[in-house]
Amino acid sequence: MSHPTHPRHHVLSVLVQNRSGVLARVASLFARRGYNIYSLAVAPTDDESLSRITIVVDVETAPLEQVVKQLHKLINVIKISELDPLDSVERELMLLTVKAPAGKRSEILELLGLFEGNVLDVGHDEITVSMDDDPERLDDLENLLMPYGIIDVQRTGRVALPRLEHTRP
Amino acid sequence: MKTNGGAALIKALEMEGVEVVFGLPGGAILPVYDPIIESPIRHILVRHEQGAGHMAQGYAQSTGRPGVAIVTSGPAATNIVTPLCDAYMDSTPMVVITGQVAFSAIGTDAFQEADTVGITRGVTKHNELIARAEDIPLIVRQAFHIATTGRPGPVLLDVPKNIVDPTNPDSALDWYWPTDEEVAASLPGYKPTIKGHPRKIKQAAKFIMEADRPVIYAGGGILKARAAEELRELAEMTNTPVVTTLMARGAFPDDHPLCLGMPGMHGNYTAVTAMQRSDLLIALGSRFDDRITGRLDGFAPGAKVIHVDIDPAELGKVRVPDVPIVGDARLIIVEIIRELRKLRDGGSELPDITDWRSTVSGWQEKYPLTYEQSEPGALLKPQYVLEQLRERAPQDCIVASGVGQHQMWTSQYWEFRHPYTWINSGGLGTMGFAVPAAIGAKVGRPDRMVWAVDGDGCFQMTAQELVTATTERIPVKVAILNNAYLGMVRQWQEMFYEERYSEVYLSPDLPDYVKWAEAMGCMALRVESPEEVGPAIDKANAVNDRPVVLEFRTDASEKVFPMVPSGLTNDHVMVDPSQEDPK
Repeated sequence: MSHPTHPRHHVLSVLVQNRSGVLARVASLFARRGYNIYSLAVAPTDDESLSRITIVVDVETAPLEQVVKQLHKLINVIKISELDPLDSVERELMLLTVKAPAGKRSEILELLGLFEGNVLDVGHDEITVSMDDDPERLDDLENLLMPYGIIDVQRTGRVALPRLEHTRP
Repeated sequence: MKTNGGAALIKALEMEGVEVVFGLPGGAILPVYDPIIESPIRHILVRHEQGAGHMAQGYAQSTGRPGVAIVTSGPAATNIVTPLCDAYMDSTPMVVITGQVAFSAIGTDAFQEADTVGITRGVTKHNELIARAEDIPLIVRQAFHIATTGRPGPVLLDVPKNIVDPTNPDSALDWYWPTDEEVAASLPGYKPTIKGHPRKIKQAAKFIMEADRPVIYAGGGILKARAAEELRELAEMTNTPVVTTLMARGAFPDDHPLCLGMPGMHGNYTAVTAMQRSDLLIALGSRFDDRITGRLDGFAPGAKVIHVDIDPAELGKVRVPDVPIVGDARLIIVEIIRELRKLRDGGSELPDITDWRSTVSGWQEKYPLTYEQSEPGALLKPQYVLEQLRERAPQDCIVASGVGQHQMWTSQYWEFRHPYTWINSGGLGTMGFAVPAAIGAKVGRPDRMVWAVDGDGCFQMTAQELVTATTERIPVKVAILNNAYLGMVRQWQEMFYEERYSEVYLSPDLPDYVKWAEAMGCMALRVESPEEVGPAIDKANAVNDRPVVLEFRTDASEKVFPMVPSGLTNDHVMVDPSQEDPK
C-alpha cells in the first residue's frame, strides 16, 4: 500500500456550494480527465450553504495545475486551496478490528495507549479500536497491529485546514 | 403575479430574448409546450432531437446568440447528447431544456426516465435538475449567463413534469425576474477572467517586437470574442502572417495577403510549415488541438509561445506557453496593440521580417492547393465542385459542412471572406452535422444564402431534417459530394492499411438521392459531368421557396492533400502527388 504522504500525493481543499450533485460533478471530472483520487472526505462547513471537499490527489496521472484548473471550471466550485502538508493541520479517523486473544490483549492495549487511541468494542477474542490523528500516525499504529492479525480497517480519508499564523502580523 | 412553472419557463425564455427554439414534444415536456402556442417565440418542429441540437448550434454559430432546444425526457434527452458534446467541444453557446419525469418518480425507472443530468454532466459546461418551480426564473437566467459568458458552452436544464404542470400544486410560483446582481450573487464560483494581466500583455508586446519569424495562430476564440477586426489590425500593424484553424475559418479573410489559410493535418503546406519554422507563435483563442500540432514533441520546436485564452485550463494543457494570458481575446488584442504603439512611439522598431515573409511566399508559390481536373467523361473532382459553388455564391454566403473529406475540401477551397460564414463540427467531428446546422444557420440569418456541403455518408445520418426545412420554409441548399464511400476512412485504408477496404463502400445510387430529396419537398438535381456543374448551381441558387439538393457524383479515388500522417511531426507534410519533388 502506497503511503499517503508519498510525494506524488497532494491535498486539495475544495470549497463548493452545498447542493445535490456537486460531489458527483467533482468525482466525474476526475474520472473524465483520467485523474486518480487517493482519498476523499466531504461535509458541510459552518456555513450550511457550503461544503468542503478534501481530496488527496494522485498527481502522477496529471499535473496538479491542470487538475486545479479543470476543477475551477465547475460552476459550483468556489475556492480551491492546495494544502502543503508542512503548512497545514491534518486529521484522519481510523476504526480497526484486530485479533486480541486473552494473552495478547494487554500488549495491544498498551500500544493503543501509546497512540492515545480508544477501545470502541470488545469481543471474545478481538477488539475494535479507534484513533484520530495525523494520517501517518494511523499508518504507524496499523503497521504495529499488523502482526496480531487485522480483521477490518476503515479510514475516513484525511481532512485538513491551513496552519494559522503563530506570530502577530 | 401568480403563474405556473411551464408558463414561467417560456416567459423566462422570452425575457432572455429568445426568438426561436428547435424542438420536439413528448410526455414529460407536454406542459411546457402548451404555453408555446401563445408565445411569440418561433418553434421549429424537428424530425429527430439530434437535429434540434445541431440546428441550435448552427443558429448560435451564425448569429453569436445562444441556440435553444426543447425536447422531452428519456430517449429525447439521450438523442441530444451528441449535439451537447459537439457544442461543448466547439464552445458553442446553447441552452437545452429536457423534460423529466415527476420529481417523486425520479429513481423509480419510470416510463421515459433517464438520468439526464448524470448522462450529460461530462458534455455540458453546466447542467441542473430544477427541483422547485420557484427556481425556474433564476436557473434559466443562470443558464443563459453561463452559456454565453467566459468560454461559451452548452447548458442543460432538466425539468421535472410536476413543477411545470399547472394542474399540479408543485408548479405554482410568484413570477419574478432576477437582476444581473442577483444572478452573479447566486453563482459565487463563476467569475470568468476577462481582462488580461497588464504585465503579461507588456511581455507579449516585447516578444512580438523581438520576433523574426512570427505567426498568428488564430482559433475559434477569435470568433467567440468577436475579435476579427482587432485580429486584422494586429496582423497588419505587425505584418504578421495569420493561420486560421478549422474553427476560425473566416476570422481573417482568405484573400488577405497575410493569410496563410488553415493549418493542421490537412492544412495548407505554408500554414503548417510557417508554424513549424516560426520563432514566435501568437496563439489567440486556439487550443493546440492534436489535429493542429501533429506529433507534439516535434511541433514548432523553435517557437516561443504567447497563448491567449479565456479558459485558464487551456494554458499549459498541451504546450507550455512562454507568455500565458487569460482573458477575452478581443480586449487582450486591443491591449497588445496599445502596448506595441507605446513601444513604437518610444522609438522601438518592429523587426524587419521581410526575409520571413519572402520565405513564406516561396512556400505559397511552390505548394498551393492543387488537384488534377478530371478527364472528359470521368467522375467529377470534388475540389472543382467546391470552386464552382464558391464562385457562384455571394461573398457572405454561409456554408456548413459535415465531417470527413468534404469538410476538409470545403475548408480548403471555400475562400472565406467574412467571419461567421463557416459552420462546422470541429472538435467532436460529428457526421451528419451539416443539414441541421445549415437549417439553424438559415433560421438565424434568413438574409443570407446558406449552403450545406455534405458527404453521402453524412447526408444519410440526418437528411430527414430537410422535411423540417420544407415544412418550415427554410430554403437551405445542400450539395452532396457523392463518392459512394465513407471517403476519409477509405483514404486512410488506402494509404495506411494497404488498400484493404473494410466496410467503407456505400453506393452511388442507393438511396436515389434525387428521389429522396424530392420526397422531402426539395428541388433536386443530379450532376455528373463538369459542364453541368455551373448551370446546376445557378439553378439551385435561384430557388428561394424551398430547400434544394444537388447530388454531385464525385471521384472516390480523390484524396485530401496536403496531409500530415497521424503520429508524424508537421515536418512530414505529404503534398499533392503532382507537387512531389522528383526522386
